[in-house]
Amino acid sequence: MSLNKTGKAAVRREPLTDTQLLMTITICIFFAMYAIAMLTLGGGFLRPQQVFDLLNDNAALIIVACGLTVVMIGGGIDISVGGVIGLTVMSCVMYLNNGGNIATAALMAIGIGLAFGLLHGFLVSYLEIQPFIVTLAGMFFARGATTMISVNPQKVTHEGFKALMKSKIEIPWLGYTAKNGNLIPARMEIGVIIALCCVLLIFLILKNVRHGRNLYAVGGNQQSALMLGINVKRIRFLSYVTSGLLSGIAGFVFMMHTGAGNATNAAGAEMNAIASSIIGGTLLTGGVGNAIGTFFGVLTLTTIKKIVVTSGLKDPWWQSITTGAMLCFFILLQSVVLSRRGKKRSADAAKS
Amino acid sequence: MRKAGKASWKTGGIGQLMIPLIAVGLLILFNLIRDPSFFSIHTTPGNSGGIVLTGNLISIINGASELAVLAMGMTLVTAACGGQDISVGAAAAIAGSVFVRVLKTPDVITGGTMILAFASCCVVAMLFGAFNGTLVAVFRIQPMIATLILYTCGRSIAYWINGGATPTVSSPIINAIGSYIPGVPIPTPIFIVLAVGILLALVFRFTNLRLYTQSVGINQGAAKLNGINSTMIKLLSFIILGLCVATAGCIGVSRLSLINHETLLLDVEMDAILAVAIGGNSLGGGKFRISGSILGAYIIQMLTITLYAMKVPSTNVKAYKAIVIILLVVMGSPVVKKKIADFWKHLRGSHPASVGKEAA
Amino acid sequence: MQEETVLSMRGICKEFPGVKALQNVDFTLRRGEIHALMGENGAGKSTLIKVLTGVYTKDAGHIQMEGTEGEANIRSPQDAQNIGISTVYQEITLCPNLTVAENMFIGREAGLLTHRKEYEKKAEQLLKNLNIPARARQELSSCSLAVQQMVAIARAVDMNCKVLILDEPTSSLDEKEVQMLFSLMRDLRSRGVGIIFVTHFLEQVYEVCDRITVLRNGELVGEYIIQDLPQVQLVAKMMGKELDETIEIDASGKKNTPTGETVYEAENLSSSEAKPFNFKISRGEVNGFTGLLGSGRSESVRAIFGADRVTGGKVRMNGKQVRISRPIDAMKNGIGYLPEDRKRDGIIADLSVRDNIILALQVMKGFFHPMSRSEMEKFADEYIHTLNIKTASKDTPVGSLSGGNQQKVILARWLLTHPEYLILDEPTRGIDIGTKLEIQRLVLKLAEENVSVTFISSEIEEMLRTCSRLIVMRDRKIVGELTGDELSQTNIMKTIAGGEKQ
Repeated sequence: MSLNKTGKAAVRREPLTDTQLLMTITICIFFAMYAIAMLTLGGGFLRPQQVFDLLNDNAALIIVACGLTVVMIGGGIDISVGGVIGLTVMSCVMYLNNGGNIATAALMAIGIGLAFGLLHGFLVSYLEIQPFIVTLAGMFFARGATTMISVNPQKVTHEGFKALMKSKIEIPWLGYTAKNGNLIPARMEIGVIIALCCVLLIFLILKNVRHGRNLYAVGGNQQSALMLGINVKRIRFLSYVTSGLLSGIAGFVFMMHTGAGNATNAAGAEMNAIASSIIGGTLLTGGVGNAIGTFFGVLTLTTIKKIVVTSGLKDPWWQSITTGAMLCFFILLQSVVLSRRGKKRSADAAKS
Repeated sequence: MRKAGKASWKTGGIGQLMIPLIAVGLLILFNLIRDPSFFSIHTTPGNSGGIVLTGNLISIINGASELAVLAMGMTLVTAACGGQDISVGAAAAIAGSVFVRVLKTPDVITGGTMILAFASCCVVAMLFGAFNGTLVAVFRIQPMIATLILYTCGRSIAYWINGGATPTVSSPIINAIGSYIPGVPIPTPIFIVLAVGILLALVFRFTNLRLYTQSVGINQGAAKLNGINSTMIKLLSFIILGLCVATAGCIGVSRLSLINHETLLLDVEMDAILAVAIGGNSLGGGKFRISGSILGAYIIQMLTITLYAMKVPSTNVKAYKAIVIILLVVMGSPVVKKKIADFWKHLRGSHPASVGKEAA
Repeated sequence: MQEETVLSMRGICKEFPGVKALQNVDFTLRRGEIHALMGENGAGKSTLIKVLTGVYTKDAGHIQMEGTEGEANIRSPQDAQNIGISTVYQEITLCPNLTVAENMFIGREAGLLTHRKEYEKKAEQLLKNLNIPARARQELSSCSLAVQQMVAIARAVDMNCKVLILDEPTSSLDEKEVQMLFSLMRDLRSRGVGIIFVTHFLEQVYEVCDRITVLRNGELVGEYIIQDLPQVQLVAKMMGKELDETIEIDASGKKNTPTGETVYEAENLSSSEAKPFNFKISRGEVNGFTGLLGSGRSESVRAIFGADRVTGGKVRMNGKQVRISRPIDAMKNGIGYLPEDRKRDGIIADLSVRDNIILALQVMKGFFHPMSRSEMEKFADEYIHTLNIKTASKDTPVGSLSGGNQQKVILARWLLTHPEYLILDEPTRGIDIGTKLEIQRLVLKLAEENVSVTFISSEIEEMLRTCSRLIVMRDRKIVGELTGDELSQTNIMKTIAGGEKQ
């Protein structure tokens, strides 16, 4: 077709990939939204603590959203994550209250998540069962098992863990001066550090580790990936294991934030995580997305909720209605952007 | 090719119903061994006079009504779009709210208000169906993502329609729909499912809905080149699902004579998708069998009732359900089927003689 | 001989439910040769290749590779790659969402980390060496199909494979690209690579190959040195009978004489993919669109059928102006269209042969007028019989039929609508010679029955045999129209290449 292209090759910067484009859009919208909130609503939005609050409240969501991003890039879905968080929290709380220690509890959280991940991965990739059904069953099982442990809410009584919950990282230079003249430093929970580490780690794995790149190939075109010599089954298996593992970690982080086990813990976390991933530019069809985008997806999703509350729409239904409206906006935006790009590309190909 | 070569030579015919039928058989067998009186049907005096039938069998068939209706619509959407609508529970809550809202407007509920209420609830549900359908068919968004929007905010919209309350409606007509028509010993929802089923069967008989839906689901491009308007077919499937949602919402409201946006048909979307899958339909779209999905709905309900009968607390039912689901889908998995077939071959020690001559 | 052998397959058997795809097939590949694997569709070529590459597991037989002790155990494409077997398939088997460089190196890296920079540098070098117009960091989906194919070959080349399998690599390439590919193949041969070349283009086989192995109905017919097997005999071996039917068609070829009455006429017709063009066809005429790949021939006929978005122009059917903006409009005006890509646009794989046959007619009857079961059965039986479609039953999913039979099902679908004007875009592509001849004969028969046919093919002789008028396209424009005595291979070539200059 076109040989004339090669000449320019060396100097030309490559156009953004779909992943980069969608992520950039989200990040821009997030900052624009936040800036508008600062200007019009002022108050809390002017303080850095607002960002830290968002992070503190949603550390667990960030972690599971990363897990979902991994699964979705591979072309799958995992709707068990909320249930696994609930089960992890409940088991760990009961264990701690019955005289367990923190390190073992953490291992237990990871173990539970990993067990779910391994089972999902095996059923989906080696027995070729539809991921939606497998992880749906996983969710049912986790929720049912949670109520088997305890139907009533359980509070952590373990002293060491309570201390761990209370310990926060203080950043004085991002603080503000209260009315009485005291400096109140910005506070960040330990869970946020864990969450940020997860985001960074997943981002790097997807970018630079062989299995990460293979995952994009599997999500982009499974049959091709197989022909290219990629062990598709193992890669898909690993994606579910990752998601399960991250759910376990998220469970522990969730417990560090709330300090209580409850049958309805993290209810709907899976859909929030999926929504965050989508807003962050992950496509459910697979092959597109990354962890940084997802991170901003979570921030965008939770910021809008905060804005709704702050701006005086006090009725209980407004939060989720605006969330829905925003989701709709992002989904349509992606659809339009991608289809326009598709058209432009085929036109380019025709020209050459 | 690989799809056709491996899977489709088996689908079609009664083969698709094998797994659900085996599941029904096993459940019946299990219950008979556990407690032979499980299936006994009693006659008891009903609330509204007359004698009504009760028993586990009746509560299974009655209790699965909403699910069966939704599963029918879900099968169509799955077949045409290759994805599922996860907003049916939320949409049913909206439909139910509209139903109650219209019913509450006049002082006395007459047959006329009932029809008006049901009609407006259908219209609203179809509009929301059309919204989902537009996102899927026109904007080419995957169904699960598109319906995630309504899933997120649907129950809040229902709450908003009710003005932040959970209103009750009481009327003999509502009772008649939700439980028994005076003088008829069988619960009314069973008749509603029957009516919806017959209606759908008539639609399949007198239109090309099945052929069009399957064509669009299997190969949209080819369907388009044969003059099929795939956008319309997908939209239509969502609108039909909307009607099913309205029906299910009204049954749900009538049972309790109240609308609770939080709990009405909670998690029913998961069960409906499950019913479609258990019925042997591919969640990737294409060929479908409505009867399989209906069977799937009854299997789910039978399982629930069995667990209740075994004194499993209702909050724990989900865990057992999960185990049975996994067992079912593992049995239905092509990989496992192949392994079992190989094992049989190995046992018999010889290859069965092949019949066809035609090369692939 | 024995020491040169790089790959030997002995007694390979493979069975699918109801089908013996391979029965006791032997195949030998020597170092530094280009070996054509020939056979009609359904002969078992693809199956043999897929057994060799680990996509299918064989039921019986032995495979030995040079450099591998004893039996080569190939259970996945990865195993095949590891022992030095690389494959380039007809369909692009790369990932569209990755960069060109990643596509060239993914799946064969060792270690935990990817070395992106290094790979990009290597890829850039390789693309340059092989003269492929792509950039290493470009997303693959932004390359044309031909370039994607070449990237796949570059990948295989870089793997220092001992055996390179090219499964119909030339189907989507134009003449210039085919020549580039051939020089690449010769280059690899001189480096000692054994190449298995699967193609339907006989001329290409005689142009580059050293040896031919012929399969038929899943059985080995024989292995021949190219000089010992003239083209006619090759065809005979593939079909299993001596035939001079090609000549027979040649003689009857020019017979279709149009009655002069115009059936279809387009004036300045354009679509989102095709530039404005004028075109008309008379009753009982067979005409052809020719030109290189990408010249706009398929796009033009798609515009006639309303398959792409029509953007302008006037259309007249039998002198009356009509509006054709969607396929259904065209169908209602008596136009039928057999698409270029059978798998993507033609068959509805999971539906039965019966449903596939009646589909178009059913759609024309309308959503609210379904045919009765007995009517469907009757139509299906009729066309399965007339077109000699080989299928186990009417209920068999069409996807499990061989390529040629699938094509016949689509033909049946359109014949059933009794079109006045039938467009056949590459009806003979990728199908066996027997069926090709059947289709050519059918076209001529249709013309005798006063149906107008537009016939598009990449093989010029085929068009010469069937068409009485050829429209030549280049760069999305009609550059010439040849009739009568002007119809000759050289004339067409000249016109395609830029005849107006002379």
